[in-house]
Amino acid sequence: MASSSVPQGRPETERPQVLLLSPPSAELDEVLSARFELLKSWESPLPLDRFLATHAADVRALLVINLFTVDGALLDALPTLRFVCTTSAGVNHIDLAECARRGIAVANAGTVFSQEVAEYAVGLLIDVLRRVSACDRYVRRGLWPRGGDYPLGSKLGGKRVGIVGLGSIGSEVAKRLQAFGCPISYFSRSRKPQFPYTYFPSVADLAAQSDVLVVACALTHETHHIINKDVMAALGKEGIIINVGRGALVDEAELVKRLMRGEIGGAGLDVFEHEPAVPEELFGVDNVVLSPHVAMQAFESSSDLSRLTAANLEAFFSDRPLLTPVPLPA
Amino acid sequence: MESLGVLLAARIDPYLEAELDRRFKLFRFWESPPAQRREFLRENAEAIRAVVGSPARGADAEMIDLLPRLEIVANFGVGLDKVDLRRCRERGVRVVYTPDVVTDDTADLAIGLAIAAMRRICDSDRYLRDGSWKDKGDYKLTSKFSGKTVGILGLGRIGQAVAKRAEGFGCPICYCSRSEKRHTNYKYYPSVLELAANCQVLVVACPLTEETRHIINREVIDALGPKGVLVNIGRGPHVDECELVSALLDGQLGAAGLDVFEHEPHAPEQLFGLDNVVLVPHIGTDTLETSKAMADLILENLEAHVSNRPLLTPVF
Repeated sequence: MASSSVPQGRPETERPQVLLLSPPSAELDEVLSARFELLKSWESPLPLDRFLATHAADVRALLVINLFTVDGALLDALPTLRFVCTTSAGVNHIDLAECARRGIAVANAGTVFSQEVAEYAVGLLIDVLRRVSACDRYVRRGLWPRGGDYPLGSKLGGKRVGIVGLGSIGSEVAKRLQAFGCPISYFSRSRKPQFPYTYFPSVADLAAQSDVLVVACALTHETHHIINKDVMAALGKEGIIINVGRGALVDEAELVKRLMRGEIGGAGLDVFEHEPAVPEELFGVDNVVLSPHVAMQAFESSSDLSRLTAANLEAFFSDRPLLTPVPLPA
Repeated sequence: MESLGVLLAARIDPYLEAELDRRFKLFRFWESPPAQRREFLRENAEAIRAVVGSPARGADAEMIDLLPRLEIVANFGVGLDKVDLRRCRERGVRVVYTPDVVTDDTADLAIGLAIAAMRRICDSDRYLRDGSWKDKGDYKLTSKFSGKTVGILGLGRIGQAVAKRAEGFGCPICYCSRSEKRHTNYKYYPSVLELAANCQVLVVACPLTEETRHIINREVIDALGPKGVLVNIGRGPHVDECELVSALLDGQLGAAGLDVFEHEPHAPEQLFGLDNVVLVPHIGTDTLETSKAMADLILENLEAHVSNRPLLTPVF
């Protein structure tokens, strides 16, 4: 069974069923519909539990779009499910322990988004330090001709960057920031000797030796609020936090308090604890850059994502190894 | 010894101003109303032996001619387009500037502007702050910077620093320069038009001279095209601003990140409603660290001049 080429289309009767609970992009829909029968819960007038009981009784694969929560209750309603495929890199919306218990395999988006999330983190950092968005607002409000003063920015080169989570995204961030002359250190679950960066055994230790923290790790029970009060205190008054992971990695209330009191230098945040809600105290503040969870939203990756998703589903249905399996708890 | 009379041509930097005042005899050009500036220069011509200029106001021929005792012009910045170099040479006036210390900040901003423009950082910040994320749902897809071909116009210190940073993003690099730089591996194009046709992100990083005025004209903008991105960290007059505005309004150019404009402090208002431009008020070197480094370099050069020691960073 050597061939990895995928048939372009199958007769309707032969197409395996894939359940979707929220809409895919048009591109993903098109790519998948050629090979799979997509069961779309939102197109039915039935409430979800009735829909699943009626139409998804035999479904073996679930495609999760937009971080839809996959918990024990949902899995109870899908007794024949054996595969959950998510279009995100993060998997904190999926109860991995429950999947393991039920023998359900999980695949994610692998490294499809890593470069654009990493470049977005760098973009946020430059924006915070050099006040790009604040200055852009200044110009658009017509303030430049009036000659009002605005604060100087801060130089990026030489700033000590601490990366929290040196996975695929973290290592792409490191590679980029090195070229700007930033010394790189990191905290990760385990040392990564293949990288030339300095390892710290705790985030607080990392923060104490850093001017900037870039948060790029997965959200798990252990990493909830990993950027807490102690870490922020260790980072110090001039410190900058860039978060492109998950909102709950950072104690958001504590961060807001410090930002309002001038106890931290600034922040670039793409994720928040209760999206799309964002603490409104931040809206009037110029030393934060806020973005609506877009770090992974680039055109170029959407075709990569469609191909990868189709390939993972094909692999599952053909009993071949998944391309981007997510390790499950033992 | 007579204290060096220094004319500060513009309000550049408070630290620089305070130090000039402390160490020398400082004349502040902006203190006299515009109509009386020639008079101001005449009145103080006996004392003024140095001018410190900036991109806002330098030392033009008129000013130089009104200062018969002028010995040295110190330019706060590496761009010399606001100093009449020919007149200085004719008069035997020394010129110093601030190379190297400005390189990193300017290159950092170029990359920051490219990412901000392509990934719509400023616009998505606005989208969030004005409540649209809650009301209208997710922001749209944007265009990735990593891996795109970056074309650099002018491969001097700043251009090379931009290249090094862009390489970290997996961007292939090409360039156009007055001469080929054989010590680099980057692809050389002999004309800016060919450069624009072969890259996706064009960064302007060359000096402004008579030859490079409006070097980014409509033909070049069209060659860059609807998916192309223009980043200007050079000087406003490098770009035909009217054509740039019209191309952006018509969707003929993909995006732009602009630190400089033809008529600073005025940026074209027609761009203020666009989401694919980033507009910043000439902040290429506006960091605490670099402003101080530039000021210190100016001061050291002036001290060297009065002590008859070699100038640190002369143009000539």
